[in-house]
Amino acid sequence: MNDILSGLRVTVATMAICVAGYTAAILGFAQAVTPATANGSLILRDDGSVIGSRPIAQGFTAQEYVWPRPSAVDYDAAGAGGSNLSPANPALADRAAALIAAHGREDTPIPADLVTASGAGLDPHISLEGALFQVDRVAEARGVDPSEVRAIIDRLGERPGAFFTPAPIVNVLELNLALDAELASPSATE
Amino acid sequence: MEHVFIVALIVGGTALLSLPLGAWMKLAMDPASDRMTRWTSLFARICGTTEEQGWKRYLVTMLIFNAIMFTVTFLILALQQVLPLNPDGMGPHDPTLVFNTAASFTTNTNLQHYSGEASMSYFSQLAGLMWLQFVSAATGIAALAALARGLAGRATLGNFLIDLQRASFLVLLPLALVVAVLMVLLGIPMTLQGSAVATTLEGVTQTIARGPVAAFLTIKQLGTNGGGFFGPNATHPLENPSFWTNGLAMIAIMLIPMACVWMFGGILGRMKHATVIFSVMAVFILIKIAGSVAFESAPTSAFAELPVSTETGNLEGKELRFGATGGPLWAVLTTSTSNGSVGAMHDSLNPLTGLMPMAGMWLNATFGGVGVGMINMFLYIVVAVFVAGMMVGRTPEYLGHRIEAKEVRLAVLALFFHAILILGGTALFAATSLGQATVQDPGAHGFSEILYEFSSAAANNGSGFEGLGDGTGPWNIATGIVMLLGRFLPIILPLAIVGSLMSKRRAAESAGTLGVEDATFGTMLAITVVIFGALTFLPAAALGPLAEHFSLP
Amino acid sequence: MAQHQNTSIFSADLVGPAIRDSFTKLDPRRLIRNPVMFTTATVALLATVLLMRSIASGGDIAFEAQIVFWLWLTVLFGNFAEALAEGRGKAQAASLRSTKAELKGKRVKGDTVKVVPASELRAGDIVLVETGDQIPADGEVVEGVASVNEAAITGESAPVIRESGGDRSAVTAGTRVISDWIKVRVTAEPGEGFLDRMISLVEGASRAKTPNEVALTVLLTGLTLIFLIAVGTLPTFAAYAGGSISVPILVALFVALIPTTISALLSAIGIAGMDRLIRFNVLAKSGRAVEAAGDIDTLLLDKTGTITLGDRQATDFLPLSDVGEGELIEAARLASLGDETPEGRSIVELAGAGGTAPSGKEMVAFTAQTRVSGIDIGERKIRKGAVDAILKLHDFDAAAVRQIRSLTERIARAGGTPLAVADGTRLLGAIALKDIVKAGIKERFAELRRMGIRTVMITGDNPLTAAAISAETGVDDFLAEATPEDKLELIRKEQSGGKLVAMCGDGTNDAPTLAQSDVGVAMNTGTQAAREAGNMVDLDNNPTKLIEIVGIGKQLLMTRGALTTFSISNDVAKYFAILPAIFVALYPGLDALNVMGLSSPQSAILSAIIFNAVIIPLLVPLALRGVTYRPQSASRQLVRNLGIYGLGGLIVPFVGIKLIDVVVSGLGLA
Repeated sequence: MNDILSGLRVTVATMAICVAGYTAAILGFAQAVTPATANGSLILRDDGSVIGSRPIAQGFTAQEYVWPRPSAVDYDAAGAGGSNLSPANPALADRAAALIAAHGREDTPIPADLVTASGAGLDPHISLEGALFQVDRVAEARGVDPSEVRAIIDRLGERPGAFFTPAPIVNVLELNLALDAELASPSATE
Repeated sequence: MEHVFIVALIVGGTALLSLPLGAWMKLAMDPASDRMTRWTSLFARICGTTEEQGWKRYLVTMLIFNAIMFTVTFLILALQQVLPLNPDGMGPHDPTLVFNTAASFTTNTNLQHYSGEASMSYFSQLAGLMWLQFVSAATGIAALAALARGLAGRATLGNFLIDLQRASFLVLLPLALVVAVLMVLLGIPMTLQGSAVATTLEGVTQTIARGPVAAFLTIKQLGTNGGGFFGPNATHPLENPSFWTNGLAMIAIMLIPMACVWMFGGILGRMKHATVIFSVMAVFILIKIAGSVAFESAPTSAFAELPVSTETGNLEGKELRFGATGGPLWAVLTTSTSNGSVGAMHDSLNPLTGLMPMAGMWLNATFGGVGVGMINMFLYIVVAVFVAGMMVGRTPEYLGHRIEAKEVRLAVLALFFHAILILGGTALFAATSLGQATVQDPGAHGFSEILYEFSSAAANNGSGFEGLGDGTGPWNIATGIVMLLGRFLPIILPLAIVGSLMSKRRAAESAGTLGVEDATFGTMLAITVVIFGALTFLPAAALGPLAEHFSLP
Repeated sequence: MAQHQNTSIFSADLVGPAIRDSFTKLDPRRLIRNPVMFTTATVALLATVLLMRSIASGGDIAFEAQIVFWLWLTVLFGNFAEALAEGRGKAQAASLRSTKAELKGKRVKGDTVKVVPASELRAGDIVLVETGDQIPADGEVVEGVASVNEAAITGESAPVIRESGGDRSAVTAGTRVISDWIKVRVTAEPGEGFLDRMISLVEGASRAKTPNEVALTVLLTGLTLIFLIAVGTLPTFAAYAGGSISVPILVALFVALIPTTISALLSAIGIAGMDRLIRFNVLAKSGRAVEAAGDIDTLLLDKTGTITLGDRQATDFLPLSDVGEGELIEAARLASLGDETPEGRSIVELAGAGGTAPSGKEMVAFTAQTRVSGIDIGERKIRKGAVDAILKLHDFDAAAVRQIRSLTERIARAGGTPLAVADGTRLLGAIALKDIVKAGIKERFAELRRMGIRTVMITGDNPLTAAAISAETGVDDFLAEATPEDKLELIRKEQSGGKLVAMCGDGTNDAPTLAQSDVGVAMNTGTQAAREAGNMVDLDNNPTKLIEIVGIGKQLLMTRGALTTFSISNDVAKYFAILPAIFVALYPGLDALNVMGLSSPQSAILSAIIFNAVIIPLLVPLALRGVTYRPQSASRQLVRNLGIYGLGGLIVPFVGIKLIDVVVSGLGLA
């Protein structure tokens, strides 16, 4: 009985300090110092509505946009997940074949990231090659010269781990926002 | 080449950081009677006792407190729909899921048969799960401190509730504050606002779950808990948004398990012995990392016939921002340490890469869970000392404690339970529709999913081959039971060994006694770990990952 | 036991009975003592039943029958190893037992003497033993003195003197009086005497498992259980893959994996260890004592007889400054003529030939009480003796006393024992006596130190002398002017520091220390009390043997450890032989694991199980002989054994299984 009582006292103490105190401290710090990222790195329109979150992928299927990696959960940011398919599973091949067809470029090997789903299905990035792979399609849809698209992609390319990650990647949402901002979008000209 | 730099930096850097932390943990957990007295008396006031406990009393207090942990969390989860901090209006859970989840977090496993952002209220996440992430980790550290005290020849093992508070308040909390602040600065969300609703550029509505992620994920990593705030854990961009958060998280995963070895050595006053143990663990982890990174550089085999570039290796289930090393490295670290958070989807790893995490969980002692990893290694040490001791022509002794039939029996029993929990559970589910109906992938990989799930539960790891449909009642109950047995038997049995050792006269050490501080003993220990830890699972491995690998086109 | 026989291990008269015993040992009540072998036998029985069924229903009988055959052979080989080890003892026991059967005693009651069979003698009875009689029971001589031939027990044919009182009063049943007569008070009840104990010892009948053996059995049983899980779950795993594994194959895998090799040899190792000790003419009262010998941290060694030769020798004459050397030598010679002790004779010898003793002399003999000897020539009284004793004779000149004191201190520092010589009221000088250290003893102590064993010299000498001798011999520590109480105290102190202590002793006053020490070796010539108190008896009465006894104890444990390591390491190769063979039908790709390139799945399984069986008799010589033991530190020991038996255990079965596979497939057995 004494053990239970002592245990309950320690329960209260740890709850108060490690849960309430700790959460409050980190919450306070985050909201004071980094409010933007602390609340989900949201990107807002001028009217205050939310376009998305910078680190969260969203689906793009229109020809004028660069497409992200496939998502096993259809870019559901409230129910994320991966395909969990084993690397030999034929379902992977079926999905990849469909994507290769959609990209419409069977001439060159497609960068692997464009046909593989990420762990959470929300990977906001594609490889720089993956973006460049789509230049012709985007440029054609937007009626601009491919070099203009390529220039934007090159500018937004980043190496996520600097020296440690030689392969550059690019944030698809940011890239598409830049494309919309800097190049004529077909919907705008209509 | 960048693989080597990253591994050296993460593993080597954490090893360096673990040294001062280990020294601090020794001071905090086992202060000399004239040090830290104000803390000790504060903790004694909180729990209202200063009883010096023998091994049985220590265990009883521990089990009672763990029962409270389970009960409190069970109630919070079961009643979350009526409790506060539920901005997204999460509803009630299935009862077997509540049992499984409470067992999972009480046992430091954090196997998740739910998806956090889809079904847990913030209150459940914080007061239920995050609380357990502190106190279950603290339980492990306390148990190790008690074990070390017994081996050091103290009269008693100390007081569990005081140890638990020392571990919670002096070790975990300060570290968590530091790391969480860094995580916040690196861009991880920390908010009590509910989900954000976005309208994407293409006009689709996207609900973006968020929450008090930074606080949660920090203790999840530090305490080798591993339960993600979000379902896909550390692959989720809000839980692990960049290469740098990924690196910091990997350090946090390894840090305390590594420091536990130094704490053990510190309490024993045998740092050279600790160095030998540390080296053995480090060798195993490096082998697994090398294997994992190498095997994962092979491309996704399903694409063999398709025009897909093969330069980048297998990218299914991986995040580009972590680089090519991030996924396989994390997979090894998280399973070597009983952490179980994932930085890539293990189910989608290449077959032999997937074997590495399994091997980590089978051994469960190459750093292992906070506190308990070193305790598991103690079991291997007992066996190694016994065999090696005979080979030097003496009654086997460990630090002057004679290892006799009783100790051997308890140690072998613990290793036996580990084997039967994994293989027995796998046998039951592989042979029946309980498991067969829930696997996702065809062939040997489906078997691997079942094998992995039981390995993870028994090793208190928590990661999974998540293609498995493990949200069923039978899975919830079976893994729940396995987690509880897999947690408490490997604490009870080693403490019983120490209790038995404490009751015996200690032998003096000389040049004729087996040294536990040299490379020879390290070799012996490594062989023991391989033979007792790994050979048992070789047949299962052959029918799972090996069969899958050799069946690849 | 005279025969220090070096019978070869596989001599025909031992192998025959051993083979017979291999079958009688199949009795489950005996097998159960060895859980791993019991499991193997159970599994073999199961396979046999399944074979019967296959014969009835028509399965792959040839293959199954071979598996069954080799499984039983595995069990029989284990029994054989044990029987062979026991066999050597049994032959010795038989001859001892025939000695015992013939014993008769002349029981004395009042004035009557009656011949009765030895089995009727009770403790407390008095028996008369005359020339030519065998002593009928263990006892103490209460009257008389006789020379006794103890060859029946010790193998030493030179007779020894046994007399009432003192430290030579114990007699043993079965020994023979060859001259004179003695009366003996029987101390042992029938069936409890030394002879009985020896018989049961060499037979191994009273062999209880030692603590280490019990612990090892636990480990091996645990491993068996773990492999039971590993193998027992396989059918379900195979079922998942849509296949099945036949029971005989599972049984073969299981038996190949469990540690049958060490389990089969375990009791043989233990028996052989005891046997080695017996052939070394040391009787251990229990296997536990043999193992304890391997654990010894501290050896207490009596100086005299162990470290130094029995007697001290005179080495120097040291005259005072105003005395001529010749005068001192002559006086010393004369004074020692009356001293018949070896020391006295060595003084005379060192002094060399001198003038004959003048007439009118009167010898004063040396006695232990006066500690002085001398000669009276008329009024002249020449004396030599212990320094203190001489100085008490007179009130000598103070300066001379100072001088003699400094001389004696010098001698003591050099490890000698000083004597003083006086002529009447004049001190002449000192004689240095010195212990002669046994050849090679210093190297032995260095060896012991490398093994981590501390040596402590026990001596009645004063601390200065003791220190000098200990420096000369390299002993680690000494206990000077030791009384039995001091020894007991020292043992207790060492033990409270967690050390195990071994010592030798013979006298009754050694009994408490022998009993207190962890390994107490009593000399066979010693008193009954000493022999009762110790846990070993050295039939050769050679205290130096303690060092070898430690080695034998260590060798016993090392053999067990080494063969355990070998046995367990074998599993790696066995896995690589059997697993691909079983699984290749389920997943053809797994043939990649068949690294040995075994010809067929059946041949692979059969080869592994054959290797598993035949390795047992192949290792019997090693088990009986023990692994090579060298005195060296534990860590070097471990490197060596791990290298030979760990690495060897990994490699040998790969080679062995491959070779057997070549033969098996060549003969078309599978």
